[in-house]
Amino acid sequence: MDILLGSLLIQALNAIQYGLLLFLIASGLTLIFGVMGVINIAHGSFYMMGAYFAFTITGLTGNFFVAVLLGAILSVIIGALLEWALFKHLYKRDHLEQVLLSYGLILIFEELRSIFVGDEVHSIDVPAWLNFSIPLGDIMSYPFYRLFMSGVCVLVAIGMYILINRTRIGSMIRAGATNSGMAEVLGVNISMVNRLVFSLGVGLAAFAGMINAPASAVAPGMGMEVLIVSFVVVVIGGIGSVWGALFAAMVIAFADTFGSVFFPSVAGMLTYIIMAMVLLWRPEGIFKR
Amino acid sequence: MRRKFSLRLLAATALTFTSVGAYAADDVKVGLMLPYSGTFAELGQNITNGFKLAIDQKGGKIAGRTIEYVELDDESAPAKANENANKLIRRDNVDVLVGTVHSGVALTMARVAKNTGALMIIPNAGANELTGALCSPNIFRASFSNWQAGYAVGALMAQKHKTAVSLAWNYAAGDEQTAGFKEAFEAGGGKVLKHLSLPFPNTEFQPLLTEIATLQPDAVYAFVAGAAQVKLTKDYEASGLKDKIPLYGAFLTEGTLEAQGSSAQGMLTALHYADGLDNPKNQAFIEAYKKAHGETPDVFAVQGYDSAQLFIAGLEAVNGDTSKKEDMIRAMENAKLDSPRGPLSFSKSHNPVMNMYIREARGDQNVMVGIAVEALADPSPDCKR
Repeated sequence: MDILLGSLLIQALNAIQYGLLLFLIASGLTLIFGVMGVINIAHGSFYMMGAYFAFTITGLTGNFFVAVLLGAILSVIIGALLEWALFKHLYKRDHLEQVLLSYGLILIFEELRSIFVGDEVHSIDVPAWLNFSIPLGDIMSYPFYRLFMSGVCVLVAIGMYILINRTRIGSMIRAGATNSGMAEVLGVNISMVNRLVFSLGVGLAAFAGMINAPASAVAPGMGMEVLIVSFVVVVIGGIGSVWGALFAAMVIAFADTFGSVFFPSVAGMLTYIIMAMVLLWRPEGIFKR
Repeated sequence: MRRKFSLRLLAATALTFTSVGAYAADDVKVGLMLPYSGTFAELGQNITNGFKLAIDQKGGKIAGRTIEYVELDDESAPAKANENANKLIRRDNVDVLVGTVHSGVALTMARVAKNTGALMIIPNAGANELTGALCSPNIFRASFSNWQAGYAVGALMAQKHKTAVSLAWNYAAGDEQTAGFKEAFEAGGGKVLKHLSLPFPNTEFQPLLTEIATLQPDAVYAFVAGAAQVKLTKDYEASGLKDKIPLYGAFLTEGTLEAQGSSAQGMLTALHYADGLDNPKNQAFIEAYKKAHGETPDVFAVQGYDSAQLFIAGLEAVNGDTSKKEDMIRAMENAKLDSPRGPLSFSKSHNPVMNMYIREARGDQNVMVGIAVEALADPSPDCKR
């Protein structure tokens, strides 16, 4: 195969994989905002929490998949508890107070991580049966785990689609997102929907952290890194829109991937340039509701 | 009863003040402005441990004067650096300001030191500017400059390869280390085919690795730090590039070997220290450090230790009389230190002149296998004084 064409194809694969991961993180963020109107800047901390669950539980059980399962359950429970203890008091407050509270959470999560796991950089081995590469061209091979990650992300996205569009709970979520007051009058238990959506959002972020941990490192501050770009994704996609999140995540991932190769000097700004242009064109995001 | 109590309290308070007053006259105050929380907390602690070890080995007294420490957590927050540095210099009247890890914080500290004339020793931060444009008679660095770290790797790679691709975070430290690398690699007859960069602190390396596979250089130079080191070497191995196009760096395997696992094994790096470096001073240092802290010292502990050694050299030269600042500075400038990293002296800009070692990652150690550059001095072209 022509080496340039081959590398473009692999780059596209890289971008799709990165985009899917971004989508998982951003969809939780956008759901929470869309349904509850809460700006939660601690979302990156949930991502970090997932990675640390995966690291700790894999260390204890020796099995990454047990860790992902247990970690997901734990994260959803923690999400529900946080909603009950903190976030439900914020729905009627203004965004500044929401930002303040969730910023406090970031600090608390970092400190808890420091106390329980420490400040070192860790990593998780890719499960043995997934740990191989597919040769592509003469020199490059593509790590199979990345394809696996993409596959899992697609499955989760399909699951979310079914949950939101084809189930009773989903119709309540959609009703809550469109007009929570009206939905409540019609007999939807909004506080239950809120708790569910919040837990789901936390679970999605944590799941992304867990599934990405073997391909990445488990380290202090890792939440901040994804937080900023997932906010950009939400802003571009349109707040509250899951499809917008998917579309924007792919735009950002392709821009980032090809930008860092073809325009390395502006790659860092490219994401923000796109965001600025989208905001000029459609101030409420591409998929505004 | 009440009255008696207040009298006692008054007396106690008076006594406290007298004793504080007495201390201030007799002790030499060392201001340790280092990260004791956050991502760099461990580095700050190891620098502190190294510093105190050198003082303790002298019985806690230099030239008859007891060393007292004022420790301040700089939180690696540049916004707080000005206030913190001023606090130590003006309120606590420290005789030397020691700090820090984060270059942004260190730059502010250096500006304060330059303005106040306070003696400052930098135990880690690598920004070229610290001993470049900002250089000042009262500012010393006991660690390395980014240029030095990159230059050493370039010299090492030029011994073995003709073409290379460089990869670094697109920020000051990345730019400075890459510039040093390029200078040495091209001076040694090599050619840099392309520079790949990514925004700090992004870790999405996959596109860059694909580009490396397309360009097919003889070798790759990389600068990223911390968690990104782990991710880069793992991704590099998973892409099948590790055995075909060797990857080099300065700090690339420093402190993260365990997390890097097989992906870093056999990797060559160039730095001013190597684990278990075979010289008598280092063996003694390792033993003493292990005894005091129960763990093997790292490069940061060495830098802390040397910061103290440098200060001791100055203090002993003036017999503990800190008012003779110019004599102290002259003695520190001319100091020939026996460092765990080997012979250590200082350039005109007060940056370390030291051997840069070639290290190979074996197990959990970066073992010395040779010397990349002997007695490397940063030319510090921007230092005008």
